[in-house]
Amino acid sequence: MSLILLIEQVLNGLQFGVMLFLMAAGLTLIFGVMGLINLAHGSLYMVGAFAAAAVAGLTGSFVLALLASLIAAAAAGALVELLVIRRLYDRDHLDQVLATFALILMFSEGTRWVFGSFPLFLDIPAALAQPVSLPGGILYPAYRLLIIAIGLAIAVGLFQLIARTRIGIQIRAGEADREMIAALGVDISKLYTLVFALGAALAGLAGALVGAIQSVQVGMGEPVLILAFVVIVIGGIGSIKGALVGALLVGLTDTLGGVLLPPLFATFMEASSASSVGSSLASMSIYILMAAVLLYKPTGLFGSTT
Amino acid sequence: MIQRETLINWALFALLPATALIALWMDEPFIITLATKVAILALAGVGLNIALGLGGLVSLGHAAFFGIGGYAMGILASHAQSYAPLMQTPVLIEGTTSMPVIWLVAILASALAALAIGALSLRTTGVYFIMITLAFGQMLYYFAISWPAYGGEDGLSIYVRNGFPGLNTLDPIQFFAVAFVVLAAVLFFAGRLARAPFGLALAAARQNPERVETVGLAPYRLRLVAFVLSGAVTGLAGALFADLNRFVSPTMFSWQMSGEIMIFVILGGVGRLFGPVAGAALFILLEHVLGGLSDYWHVYLGGLLLLVVLFARGGMIGLAAGREVAHD
Repeated sequence: MSLILLIEQVLNGLQFGVMLFLMAAGLTLIFGVMGLINLAHGSLYMVGAFAAAAVAGLTGSFVLALLASLIAAAAAGALVELLVIRRLYDRDHLDQVLATFALILMFSEGTRWVFGSFPLFLDIPAALAQPVSLPGGILYPAYRLLIIAIGLAIAVGLFQLIARTRIGIQIRAGEADREMIAALGVDISKLYTLVFALGAALAGLAGALVGAIQSVQVGMGEPVLILAFVVIVIGGIGSIKGALVGALLVGLTDTLGGVLLPPLFATFMEASSASSVGSSLASMSIYILMAAVLLYKPTGLFGSTT
Repeated sequence: MIQRETLINWALFALLPATALIALWMDEPFIITLATKVAILALAGVGLNIALGLGGLVSLGHAAFFGIGGYAMGILASHAQSYAPLMQTPVLIEGTTSMPVIWLVAILASALAALAIGALSLRTTGVYFIMITLAFGQMLYYFAISWPAYGGEDGLSIYVRNGFPGLNTLDPIQFFAVAFVVLAAVLFFAGRLARAPFGLALAAARQNPERVETVGLAPYRLRLVAFVLSGAVTGLAGALFADLNRFVSPTMFSWQMSGEIMIFVILGGVGRLFGPVAGAALFILLEHVLGGLSDYWHVYLGGLLLLVVLFARGGMIGLAAGREVAHD
């Protein structure tokens, strides 16, 4: 395998990883601050993608489409938090799983109702449709580079938000002791809605960005949601740093496993069975990675040990 | 209170064969098939309920065992169908179309998988456990899709339903009888299990693991045994479900399947012996009533589930019984 192909695949893995980070960051924030496991996070991803596809279809502007995805997902998130999620904070995880599973059913079928079962398509803006040449003679799609850049920028922004701003201080305090910060005069329920909407907006943005590469369809959120779970389990639930490291690990493992494992097996097996064993193992590789991390640290790489 | 629940339980239990017999009398084989589906899905729920209700283990990956049971049936029957032995060295293993043999293989295979998955997952608790069981289920799902030998994404069709000695399983009412008797036997077993020393210790480990440890029992081991039993029962249900449809596909492994099995348990009432029977019956009923009204019946199902979770804790059977024990 040539070096150029390998570098391309590493970039693909990075692109996949930063997208997973956008999903996982919201999930891990919501879990860390509110102690809530939210299965419906994948639905917010889908809402973002559909909003972007609808607005892009109406206006033809990709920037407006991205804005729409942020606004729609944040609004849907805030609405769901106010109506349903806020009743679940004091419940056990089983109730949270079921209620958010019910939300998935309603979101998916509702979207199918409105938009139909056929996938929508969101076009990459013409200016970004061309590949750009990177040093070393590598040609790589500009749009995917943009995704990596946006993802990394958001990661930096999120770290700054959590570490440096007043809201970030309140969020961290809320993780540590929710009664105490309520006693200090912070409106805790407003803070929760805000955090939930922020997580939702990130998921919606990820949906819109990925929707332009793949198709926009009902049920697109759930595979990503499960990968995001794997990410935060690896990184440690509640840790943004863990979400970033876990997302990059999972993105790279998934992409490189699919490319490297079949030829690796071909070196000592006959070609046809090597490709089937290799591809089966590649699709299992991230779960094997997760099991390995858990054997080593049951609370994830950056999880608190309490 | 207990007496009333027992009464409800027996009524529920009698309703299933009564429905099948009335359908037989009215010559409605489709209804018999629906009743069979309820019995089989209830069986899967009874399996999950051992882990979820008794052990407090919120597993969102039970489709893994359901699918393994299904594929145990699919693989054995497909080899019997093509007369190609499953394995020649070191011992000759051939396919089979005998239900009892298939059940045994399904139970053993899913118990083994539950042992491996449980041993890893039970190192964690709470929300980690939920996510990890979900992830292991997904892992098997993707494995089933990408493994081409047994149909891959398309699944496997079995042309003739497997046989049970002395019965004609292609006759809907006879296959219903098989499924119902299996369900009854497992319910009896699960009811005994809950009152046996093991079941009491398991329930205690859910409520207060520290105390259980103090009296010299290991919660991890109790939970692992419960998880294995639970997986084995769900695997048996998977084998029967595959026989009902004469078809297995990776969807049996999908996480929606895990969610649905969980819905049966919750709609009926967590930790209640007959809860899954009530839940599965209600689910299939809703599927046919609401599914006839609208193609988008999942919206209503979601709404109903949400209402049950938010306002009717303890499910249908438990509507009057007050708060259940916390499960995390």
